[in-house]
Amino acid sequence: MSQEQQVLFAGFGGQGVISMGQFLTHLAMHTGKEVSCALSYGAEMRGGTANCLVTISDEEISSPLTENPMTAIIMNLPSLERFEDKIKPNGTLVLNSSMVDRLPQREDVEVLQMPVNMLADQLGTARVANMVLLGAFVEKKGLMDIDQALDYLEVVFKGKKESVIAKNKEAFLVGVEYARKEWK
Amino acid sequence: MQRVLMKGNEAIAEGAIRAGCKGFFGYPITPSSEIAEYMARKMPALGGVFVQAESELAAINMVYGGAATGSRVMTASSGPGISLKQEGISFLAEGELPCLIVDICRGGPGLGGIQPSQADYFQATRGGGHGDYHIIVLAPSSAQEMMDFTMLGFELADKHRSPVMIMAEGTLGNLIEPVVLRDAVTEFVDKPWAITGCRGRQPNIVNTLHMPVELLQTRNQHLTKKYEAIRSEEIRSEEFMTEDADLILVAYGIMARIARKAVINARQLGLKTGLIRPITLWPYPYETLGRAARHCKAMVSVEISTVGQMIEDIRLAAEGKVPVHYIGEIGRTPNPEEITQQLLAIAEREGLR
Repeated sequence: MSQEQQVLFAGFGGQGVISMGQFLTHLAMHTGKEVSCALSYGAEMRGGTANCLVTISDEEISSPLTENPMTAIIMNLPSLERFEDKIKPNGTLVLNSSMVDRLPQREDVEVLQMPVNMLADQLGTARVANMVLLGAFVEKKGLMDIDQALDYLEVVFKGKKESVIAKNKEAFLVGVEYARKEWK
Repeated sequence: MQRVLMKGNEAIAEGAIRAGCKGFFGYPITPSSEIAEYMARKMPALGGVFVQAESELAAINMVYGGAATGSRVMTASSGPGISLKQEGISFLAEGELPCLIVDICRGGPGLGGIQPSQADYFQATRGGGHGDYHIIVLAPSSAQEMMDFTMLGFELADKHRSPVMIMAEGTLGNLIEPVVLRDAVTEFVDKPWAITGCRGRQPNIVNTLHMPVELLQTRNQHLTKKYEAIRSEEIRSEEFMTEDADLILVAYGIMARIARKAVINARQLGLKTGLIRPITLWPYPYETLGRAARHCKAMVSVEISTVGQMIEDIRLAAEGKVPVHYIGEIGRTPNPEEITQQLLAIAEREGLR
């Protein structure tokens, strides 16, 4: 990952969209990258739209914003409608197929689908849906070594209950497995 | 070198603590509230004071009282709240009380919206309250600078006995970036004027009422000399690719970074662009802009404002030598790609491509 990468996370409030961006930001910082995470959300905490844009680079980051991110993680249908046209050509759209019931119309982007809510439900809690997706994304893009990422999750979650940390790690690994099997 | 992820607002609060701030007086308002939250959590354990005042007016007058004792004190708010504090800021300027005032700007006028803006530029740089005065205004552009400029702000406030303002957009207040934590300040300037209890010395008085004409004149001449000194010592700015530029953008705060990317993009499309970033909004880098106006063909102000505010300072600096164009909107922070497109259109009109 020598070039600057910009990843958009979009969904509705409560889906862990902002958390996903923040986790990726943490992971990037711990691997020595320059990173910037711009948050955008409405006055409402739950149910409104939420998105955040993470910029990762080897060099100092000029603009933390962009009109055209290379990658978008789309957690619900309204986000697909809003951002589908914005992705750079040859970019990547990652779709939560549990919540997005159509495919993108664009043919010049890579589409990766994942039933995020279903996988999280199998783990017994919808609250880790974001970690499942993050695990798959980190694996697919080779953003960092998976063992290393798990170590950093310990740091990010510092102060939380052991069981919570374990559950999130488990979810992350479910995502990693999914990417290895389904997104080859 | 340990880096910690922080929101811009948190970096301001942590920077203030490291600068030896002993009192925070505020009233919450989006998008500045994380500063108050952070101080509320940290200050009591550090032996400092945190007060959520009953109003902005009360908060700024607590700053007046705290600063008069010689302690490093601050407040933080956003546009509508800063408007309410203006009377107090005028009194702080006349009382020559060092303090830090943070404005994390949102859209206005009126209550406006909670979205980011730079529309408090006039208010910040023209002295938003009554009377003959200026305050130093610093515009950071990253979470790191939110910390560094807060620490610098306290230093400049003490050095010049003046209120200092940090002006930043809501975007930057909420931007999460790695921050290198600076060492805590351990040396402070003496403040022989402070009200500390006068046993064994003549009483110190902080007062802003000067009824005799001669006294008023002397006071204002004194302040004017001070502002001249600040103008000669504290102007700060940055330049990027301006040497051979035909079209020079001028942008501050978060917009300076976005404009920088637009400059890089436009250069790739063959348009010779450059950027001047004012770091102190008052005192303004008129000379740097004036020099640039002598060799470029046009200048562009890029702001998060619809009426255009800083553009007036650019015109003053350009002295009519080059046309000054405007790119601005409110309610959202423009992306570099949009700015590049608008630059191409301006270049077309100016016959630069």
